[in-house]
Amino acid sequence: MGTVLVDGIEVPVADNERLNGIQAAERAGIDIPHYCWHAGLSVVASCRMCLVEQGTKDPATGKITMIPKVVPACQTPAKDGTVFITNSDKVKQCRAQVEEALLIDHPIDCPICDKAGECRLQDYYFEHGQPERRADIRPFHSPKREMGDTVTLFVDRCVMCTRCVRFTREITGTSELMVTNRGSHEEIDVFPGFPLANKMSGNVVDLCPVGALGDKDFMYQQRVWFMKSHDGICTGCSTGCNIEVEENQDRVYRLKPRENAQVNQWWMCDEGRYGYHHVHAEDRQVGPRRREGDKYVNIEWNTVTAEMKAKLTAAGRIGAVISPHLTIEEAYLLIKYVRSIDPAAVLALGPVPVIGTDERFPNGFTIHAEKAPNRRGIEMLLAHFGGKVLSFVDFQKELDAKTLRAVWVSAGYKKSDWNDETTARKFAGLDVLVVQDLFSSPLWNMATYQLPGGSFAEREGSYVNFQDRLQTAKFAIRPPVGAWVEGQLYWRLLERPGLYQSRKVLTEAAAEVTALHLALGGVPPTGLDLRANQLAGEKKEAATV
Amino acid sequence: MAKFEPVLMANMHKADSHTLKVYEAGGGYRGLRKALKEMTPDQVTETVKASGLRGRGGAGFPTGLKWTFLPKNHPGPIYMCINADESEPGTFNNRYLMELDPHQVIEGIILSCYATKAVTAYLYIRVEYPLSRRRLQSAIDECYAAGLLGKNILGTSFSLDIFIHVGAAAYICGEETGLIESLEGKRAWPRIKPPFPAIEGVFRKPTVVNNIETAACVTQIIDRGADWFKTIGVPADPKNPRDPGSYGPKLYCLSGHVNKPGCYEAPLGITCRELINEYGEGIWKGRKGKAAIPGGISMGLLTEAEFDTPLDFAGPGKVGCLGLGTAAVVVMDETVNMVDFLHNSCRFFAHESCGQCTPCREGTHWSLTMLERIKAGKGRLKDLDLLLEIGDSIGIIPGTTICGLSDGAAWPIKNAIRKFRGDFEEYIKRTNPNGYMVTEPVPALLQLGAH
Ligand SMILES: Cc1cc2nc3c(=O)[nH]c(=O)nc-3n(C[C@H](O)[C@H](O)[C@H](O)COP(=O)(O)O)c2cc1C
Ligand code: SF4
Ligand code: SF4
Ligand code: SF4
Ligand code: FES
Repeated sequence: MGTVLVDGIEVPVADNERLNGIQAAERAGIDIPHYCWHAGLSVVASCRMCLVEQGTKDPATGKITMIPKVVPACQTPAKDGTVFITNSDKVKQCRAQVEEALLIDHPIDCPICDKAGECRLQDYYFEHGQPERRADIRPFHSPKREMGDTVTLFVDRCVMCTRCVRFTREITGTSELMVTNRGSHEEIDVFPGFPLANKMSGNVVDLCPVGALGDKDFMYQQRVWFMKSHDGICTGCSTGCNIEVEENQDRVYRLKPRENAQVNQWWMCDEGRYGYHHVHAEDRQVGPRRREGDKYVNIEWNTVTAEMKAKLTAAGRIGAVISPHLTIEEAYLLIKYVRSIDPAAVLALGPVPVIGTDERFPNGFTIHAEKAPNRRGIEMLLAHFGGKVLSFVDFQKELDAKTLRAVWVSAGYKKSDWNDETTARKFAGLDVLVVQDLFSSPLWNMATYQLPGGSFAEREGSYVNFQDRLQTAKFAIRPPVGAWVEGQLYWRLLERPGLYQSRKVLTEAAAEVTALHLALGGVPPTGLDLRANQLAGEKKEAATV
Repeated sequence: MAKFEPVLMANMHKADSHTLKVYEAGGGYRGLRKALKEMTPDQVTETVKASGLRGRGGAGFPTGLKWTFLPKNHPGPIYMCINADESEPGTFNNRYLMELDPHQVIEGIILSCYATKAVTAYLYIRVEYPLSRRRLQSAIDECYAAGLLGKNILGTSFSLDIFIHVGAAAYICGEETGLIESLEGKRAWPRIKPPFPAIEGVFRKPTVVNNIETAACVTQIIDRGADWFKTIGVPADPKNPRDPGSYGPKLYCLSGHVNKPGCYEAPLGITCRELINEYGEGIWKGRKGKAAIPGGISMGLLTEAEFDTPLDFAGPGKVGCLGLGTAAVVVMDETVNMVDFLHNSCRFFAHESCGQCTPCREGTHWSLTMLERIKAGKGRLKDLDLLLEIGDSIGIIPGTTICGLSDGAAWPIKNAIRKFRGDFEEYIKRTNPNGYMVTEPVPALLQLGAH
């Protein structure tokens, strides 16, 4: 254990910790401004925004000796006895000079720049900048250049921090981005014929501390200060990247990765990042409908909750397809519901789309081929509830046997292609077929009840990712008028009072399902490793044997 | 002052001085034969250390000491980089050595590698030196043929390869870690230190970077002994325990407004005035001197009154210059306007800044735009203060940048304006009588001709 002094504040550091000045200061609640440094990338110490004064404290005498020059905090190790001063006049002058230097050739087109409002150049200018411009005034234009399909470079807004270049070299290993020219003529560019085209390209936009890299998907869509940010989990694949869902008035404009060292570090893939447009698709289903003859009539949700139980009870044997897009809480409630009507209800895991193979990047980030967020979670529930538990393929065979009279299918896939005419035909002849989904599909068009469900941005609850980590997402927006998020419907079907409360359901499920026991103590923001529980469980079993 | 007997240049006047035959006839490779037979690598290092030799590449770091920074008992490989990027304006002494006495350099490289246990030496040379390159290559070829390079040199267990690597001509490739990056095939962006090259250099292996002239000095030290080397130059100041002294001969490059510009060998410590008068035969056209660059443009300026400054490692620093640098003296006569000088200097550094660090990239560029505006008759007195602020704030000495290029950019600004402020004020007031007092930002000139 050692102690680092930052502006007189004592910061404890463990012996095996390797912190730099920025990280040590952060522990003391002091923000050292920085552009080029990023915890996930190599240190280049080139922007020089993080300059501080540094010295050492003699452990014997307690005397502090400062070195005469300033040092970049990002490159300076914070060891026992290291002293940092971040608020002296000298440091303030250094910051003001760097900020001034960066603005000499900057277009300052904030009014039309997407980064405005979350731009370090802007923020640091207000906090640390010179009060007025001293360099010559020159006309600016803000030339643009395509980096690839996802990203546009606003050439002159760049502050040359090289974060984006390092990202493509160190994280994706694709090295598309580079620096051309020299001195103040430097620019970021790609090699002709080799555009920025990796599957994590969007991250460079988050990394860019200014508005130089623009996300084509987000460009000119929304001013950032109008948006609210909600902690979510990406449902694009079984990795379960932690994300922020950013919305304004129930419309999602952007997804961004949220740091989680155990799962996605600081990154997310493009498929996940841009995979939210279905939420606002024109053809999304709204308003529950009931089949009458060969027509569908619009009904009220209250009608659904009022008549469903009787219909299902009348049908007899029930089967339920539990989608890997449902949260733990929703799946738990759905199982509870069908088993409350038919204690021998057959349960099946819904289709789990697998596309291609897992793609692992040099730094370890992996895009999984399994394109669903919660297969593991559903499997844990099915294992617990037991009875007849089937795969989706076997469930179709079960249908062939004609023993089931009512089937509840939950879905929530981003596209309608998860079933086709052949699959749908197997569901023919049932007394009751309930389909809960976002889009119409062959199966949807056979349903007795068409129940529009929620998308990931509207759901609240937990998913268990490929490594058995349980992570909780908050809902970001309300579903479109006429759609009910699954959890809400199940809550009502189970005749629970008021609004759906996912927290309560999780506690209930955790108390009941051994694999989820750990969640009883609550779920930390970075998730909960359920394997610890399994190990403990295995040990206990071994002990009892 | 007694006429000094050249050592490093002793061979250069001979016909075919660049060939192995002529070099050996003059006693060449005698030191190497002796060292390989009689001395251990550590003894060679100790001899170089004892000689007080300081690097000739610009920083003047004690050579023997630098070698001892290599990790002990390293499994290898250890690399030697010989810096022949020679791009400091006014500097051409390495070129003399490479063109007219390449074997003296190669002998020094072999000795340095023997001392440091380096197995490969990369000679990094700028592309603008085609003759140097050819002469070095043919000298290297001769050495391989004569068993002086390659496997088991002179029948010993010591082996060494030397490769010439041609740089694409950028000043920053001379900075040792810029050189290393460039050698590895990357953009010559100087590395942050630590780790220093001695610990992690080329291909992340321990590396020594030495200048061409440093290598030539090593040849002479091993041949003639450390004591001989110490008879030349300026001894360490006994009152300053941190002064390593300035020993040995030095190749001074003299250019500018003198009657006889050229590369001259003199003992370290010769004054600027002696160099101008005794070697350069005085200022040209019967004019008076006004200023001189003491050791390459990065080092700043001496005024005429400071011409008596000894050009040793400590001298120029005492009158506010950055140091001795490459000992390239550029003389300016009384007709020179310092505005022109500084404009030229700023243009060079704005062009050569590698662009990595914000203060250097933007500071060099900003100072150039101001100088261009001043030259165009739109200067303001305030510009001088701004220039000084840039000069005082960029560099590794204040700690705001990664490499020393920006200190080199800063010094001409600081020295020119502090030592010749009258020149600047007069020029600005004369050419911009209505606007010189303005303090608000003014419109920029179109950046014509600027790089
Ligand atoms: C911008 C810059 C340019 C340099 N250019 C050269 C050069 O062209 N040749 C050289 O020998 N050293 C150059 N140096 C110095 C080298 O970094 C290094 O100190 C030197 O090569 C070490 O050799 P020495 O110890 O033999 O002097 C330069 C340094 C800087 C900061
Ligand atoms: S990057 Fe954009 S928001 Fe930031 S200062 Fe520049 S123009 Fe303004
Ligand atoms: S484009 Fe953005 S991330 Fe890339 S170097 Fe410029 S400022 Fe940094
Ligand atoms: S000081 Fe200048 S030349 Fe040196 S690394 Fe920084 S930007 Fe490049
Ligand atoms: S953050 Fe330290 S130099 Fe850029």
